[in-house]
Amino acid sequence: MNGLSMMEPQSEAELSEALAGAEGPVSVRGGGTRGVVADGVALRFGGAGISLYEPGALTLVAQAGTPVAEIEAALAAEGQRLAFEVPDMRGLLGTEGESTIGGVVASNASGPRRVSVGAARDFCLGVRFVDGAGRVVQNGGRVMKNVTGYDLVKLMAGSHGTLGVLTEVSLKVLPKPEVAGVLSIDGLSVSEAVAAMSAALGTPWEVTAACHTDLAANDRPSTQLRIEGMAGSVDYRLGRLKEALGNYGEVETVVSENHDWPWFRDVARFEGGAEDVWRLHCRPSDAPGLVARLPEGGKVMLDWGGALVWAAVPAGTDLRAALGAFDGHATRVRGQGGGIARFHPERPELAALTAGLRAKFDPRGILNRGLMA
Amino acid sequence: MEMPKPDPQILARKARIVARLRDALPGGVIDAEEEVRAYECDALTAYKCPPLAVVLPSTTEEVAAALKVCHAEGVPVVPRGAGTSLAGGALPTADCVILGVARMAEVLETNYPDRYVHVQTGRTNLSVTGAVEADGFFYAPDPSSQLACAIAGNIAMNSGGAHCLKYGVTTNNLLGVTMVLANGTITKVGGPWMDANGLDLLGLICGSEGQLGVVTEAWLRILPKPEGARPVLIGFDSSEVAGQCVTNIIKAGVLPVAIEFMDRPCIRATEAFAGAGYPDCEALLIVEVEGSEAEIDHQLGLICGIAEELNPVEVRQSGSADESARIWLGRKSAFGAMGQINDYMCLDGTIPVSELPRVLRRIGEMSEEFGLEVANVFHAGDGNMHPLILFNANEEGQLELCERFGAEILKLCVEVGGCLTGEHGVGIEKRDLMEVQYRPDDLAAQMDVKDVFDAGWILNPAKVFPLTVSAGRRRAPDQAA
Repeated sequence: MNGLSMMEPQSEAELSEALAGAEGPVSVRGGGTRGVVADGVALRFGGAGISLYEPGALTLVAQAGTPVAEIEAALAAEGQRLAFEVPDMRGLLGTEGESTIGGVVASNASGPRRVSVGAARDFCLGVRFVDGAGRVVQNGGRVMKNVTGYDLVKLMAGSHGTLGVLTEVSLKVLPKPEVAGVLSIDGLSVSEAVAAMSAALGTPWEVTAACHTDLAANDRPSTQLRIEGMAGSVDYRLGRLKEALGNYGEVETVVSENHDWPWFRDVARFEGGAEDVWRLHCRPSDAPGLVARLPEGGKVMLDWGGALVWAAVPAGTDLRAALGAFDGHATRVRGQGGGIARFHPERPELAALTAGLRAKFDPRGILNRGLMA
Repeated sequence: MEMPKPDPQILARKARIVARLRDALPGGVIDAEEEVRAYECDALTAYKCPPLAVVLPSTTEEVAAALKVCHAEGVPVVPRGAGTSLAGGALPTADCVILGVARMAEVLETNYPDRYVHVQTGRTNLSVTGAVEADGFFYAPDPSSQLACAIAGNIAMNSGGAHCLKYGVTTNNLLGVTMVLANGTITKVGGPWMDANGLDLLGLICGSEGQLGVVTEAWLRILPKPEGARPVLIGFDSSEVAGQCVTNIIKAGVLPVAIEFMDRPCIRATEAFAGAGYPDCEALLIVEVEGSEAEIDHQLGLICGIAEELNPVEVRQSGSADESARIWLGRKSAFGAMGQINDYMCLDGTIPVSELPRVLRRIGEMSEEFGLEVANVFHAGDGNMHPLILFNANEEGQLELCERFGAEILKLCVEVGGCLTGEHGVGIEKRDLMEVQYRPDDLAAQMDVKDVFDAGWILNPAKVFPLTVSAGRRRAPDQAA
């Protein structure tokens, strides 16, 4: 916090007053687990607590400062969950603190299940936020189908606090299935792994996650697929999937009540290293080519069936330059980068729209200045 | 329902504007009075107005050329997909150019390993699935009008359908678009990968009712077809109990692909029309699940168990494709059946599922107060209601009475924590109710977005926002020029 005190307004009204009266840049944060620090006074919204939870309607409303752990515990008590699988980045980034639901939505943070059910933004039904001028805005609501006016909910999800500070979010939640089955194949190359994952995701057996690492605990590459549901159904679908993937090598399956994949979800492969860590969003079929273009010593983990490539490369690497143009984008998640932009540069006409939106929602340019630029 | 007065200066310049459009799109401009009349309304047929001219581009470049002309001339542009909007999203004004994408209906790429299809947006919803179903895939959003409606309109309205409880709506199945901005600039937002780079402009564009740009191509997520699907029909002698059944199913951890609800007036009308053999009861649910035969049996068994505890009038589990078709027959012909009885207005508010009994009761009371019959048919799993108000359009004052009743129902939806429109969009139909759901600052924030994308407010300007609220902005000078 650079020795500066942190502002922590407890209500939307206090937050509005604080932002309207701010005299300089403000570094907006949630639980601080992403290690994102912008210029200026640190600010986090202190309002916390679940204000509404209707299991029968699959909806939960919480103040933005509510710890994710509190929400997950409340949902677990009713046999439900946040289906987009919130990642815990503390190990990867070497940070402390406790994830808040506002931070999760503001960074559109989604785990392995994103490939099947969608991202955090897809589960966000409504938001309240205070923009850079102190204006309080509400958008969306707490119902699953809502096309009333523009969808500022999506705009706010993933805006990393550059358009406003979230005060409340409404979420769609889902039932937690009985069991999870995991199918794994050892020793595949990246291109074989992507082919196997694409084949699996193209079957009707409802694969909910598909990941690959170039180095697993047994010193071999491992490709893993997850299926979730009622016990008999998972057995059946795992069996069918095993048949379908038999030609990729020896297939092992395990069924348990543990749905979590912290090793993949939290990118544990790269914990503790000194390399820069990047995430590449791409077509799965382009992933092997991108991996082949990584600089010497680059390591990879694939999620979303290959649509998300996590790459660890020597610190200071200009990965975008190394990869050349591709269909998708690259964001640095760990490392200072030595002047290389963290977010992928936008097309000029979209950058102009982004700048226009910033000028409307944060006319003085005080919120997380320079973060997404 | 008021529309802005046509700009006499634009009307006076018609010949010049049409000539410029013809230069830009030879063979793509219609301006003869008897021909433009085909575009005077969409599926909200109560309101009609022939446009100044109609342009039907064949390429994205032609869309850009047309928009450049309109932008330079300051002419309002109303984008149009297939014209199936129930909200008046494609209703013209006399001084506007209708920009229809119907001639752009190609599939540009199908990619099964990466599970997407790249199409031009004039393509109909059902024909997107048609292009991939032989290979075992489908496009999930399935609005009732899917045979006719275009992907362009689906994106503009963020359309839903019966199966979105499991698969989500358009915005959850859209990966990227090619779009032409109001000033004619062609751009791409997103693409065949997941999640935005930078701000989620794609999420903002989807559902913006043609006010932020004209979407000409889309990358759509496709899914492998499930092994099979079968419904169960459950009849109850009370709407409250049927609502309770929906909640109990969801709470039990079963996630059906669809839960449809019909009330007695709707059941009776569809029986008379389609003869699907529905029980004559107060409320009827159709619950559909997917999977292998054994998985379907298991899930339907759980659902029937939940229903049996609530003392149903009838539980009819489908055991074959033929039985499934019979169960769906009445539901699928519900709108046609109501049309046989009378004129009707179809509403689209969403409510929290827990408020279902209270809202149905109140609608029943209001029906007596207004002296107009209502039939309810809707997607119960997600609370998206479609009350159909019956009226006689030929009788003086009935349309207005019906609209007032409809407005009261939508206000009720907002009051209980829901919204004005779940999948049809605001258009002109719900435009003047926006202040019921949003405070001035909420609407200002949305209109700020419009200012950024279309500073001159030439794209579909008279929709979504109440005219009094948008008046100052609609007259703003065009800084984007």
